[in-house]
Amino acid sequence: MEIKILGTGCVNCRRLEKLTKLLVSEEGLDASITKVEDIVEIMNYGVMTTPALVVNEQVVLKGRVPSLKELKKLLMK
Amino acid sequence: MTEKILTLHKSRVGRMLQPVVLLILWIFIYVNLQRAADFIVFNLLGLTAGTHLTEAVSFFIFEVPKVMLLLVLIIFAVGIVRTYFTPEKTRKVLEGKSLFTGNVMASVLGIFTPFCSCSAIPLFLGFIEAGVPLGVTFSFLIAAPMINEVAVVLLLGMFGWKVTLIYIFTGLCIAIASGWIIGKLKLEKYVADWAWEVKSGQTGEAIKRKMTFAERIDSGYTAVKDIVGKIWIYIIIGIAVGAGAHGYVPEDFMAGFLGKQNWYGVPLAIIMGVPMYSNAAGIIPIVSVLIEKGVSLGTALAFMMSVIALSLPEIIILKKVLKWQLILAFVAIVATGIMTVGFIFNLVI
Repeated sequence: MEIKILGTGCVNCRRLEKLTKLLVSEEGLDASITKVEDIVEIMNYGVMTTPALVVNEQVVLKGRVPSLKELKKLLMK
Repeated sequence: MTEKILTLHKSRVGRMLQPVVLLILWIFIYVNLQRAADFIVFNLLGLTAGTHLTEAVSFFIFEVPKVMLLLVLIIFAVGIVRTYFTPEKTRKVLEGKSLFTGNVMASVLGIFTPFCSCSAIPLFLGFIEAGVPLGVTFSFLIAAPMINEVAVVLLLGMFGWKVTLIYIFTGLCIAIASGWIIGKLKLEKYVADWAWEVKSGQTGEAIKRKMTFAERIDSGYTAVKDIVGKIWIYIIIGIAVGAGAHGYVPEDFMAGFLGKQNWYGVPLAIIMGVPMYSNAAGIIPIVSVLIEKGVSLGTALAFMMSVIALSLPEIIILKKVLKWQLILAFVAIVATGIMTVGFIFNLVI
């Protein structure tokens, strides 16, 4: 699984990154996590509100930090 | 099977009823707040009426829960309303709108569309890319942070609905006029060149489906948790400073300095406001005391707007996509707008 976190480095983006890393290691998921900070690349995903979560090149969440429960649902699908 | 459906139905009704029950509780607490505050101040703490200390303490004990209650209610409501407005929808509405109409719509939509200054750049690029005119985009970017639910709650709590309406209305006027002027000046060449080449792909769009009403209610709860969790400390500090000044700083302390008769009061207030990056939560309780101590309403309004709308961090963020000429024009135009509002109010009231 390929996970990307889109965000220019605001507090919420870092929170989402931390949360995702925590969940992946806790659940032992086979996933790579990349942080995308380049604004042009972020725009390529058609995202206007950060942070956004991309799983296997699909934007699954944008504009907010999910709860741990919601994030689990998004990643464990 | 039927049992399962029944419990599901029950829980759904429960989720719809919960806000109603909470609202009734809310009204009960709000109505009895003054009595409760008096009870704490005079009966539990045993303070005597009329002293500075009593005044300060009772101001604090009454204002903190009052503002918090208003905050929770309005943020909850706005949290639900906002699920109907996404940046994507707003962009769609504004695409290719003519200048004046576009400015008016962008400013009004700016109030309701969820906005965080950390998303200012992707939002700006997304709007420009979709063909929203530059001036219309600016109207949105000015109105969105200036007229936000936290500012509205605090104004409502500390000044009443008249000042709140004045703030919203003049704020809208500034956003509309500033965006319109920026559009008329044809400043497109001062947007960073690469910004025009950005293509926002529509690949991998999140699954689109209508939210259920229960989900919208959940968004309301989340908004309350997020926003109140972030700003409660500023409100308490702001009101504490306000309470201290309320009891101890002499009346008319500020009158000579930032009162009506000083023409430089308004520009001075704006200049002081720019580097202050306090959110509305911390600044409005303090401003309410400034007014009490003799600062005129126009000057106070100008100060508040300057703190909220012209913040240094946001300007630094925008610097990534705007050349300095456009930043300068933006700051000068908005500052002039705020100054006009300040002068008009000092003259009229």
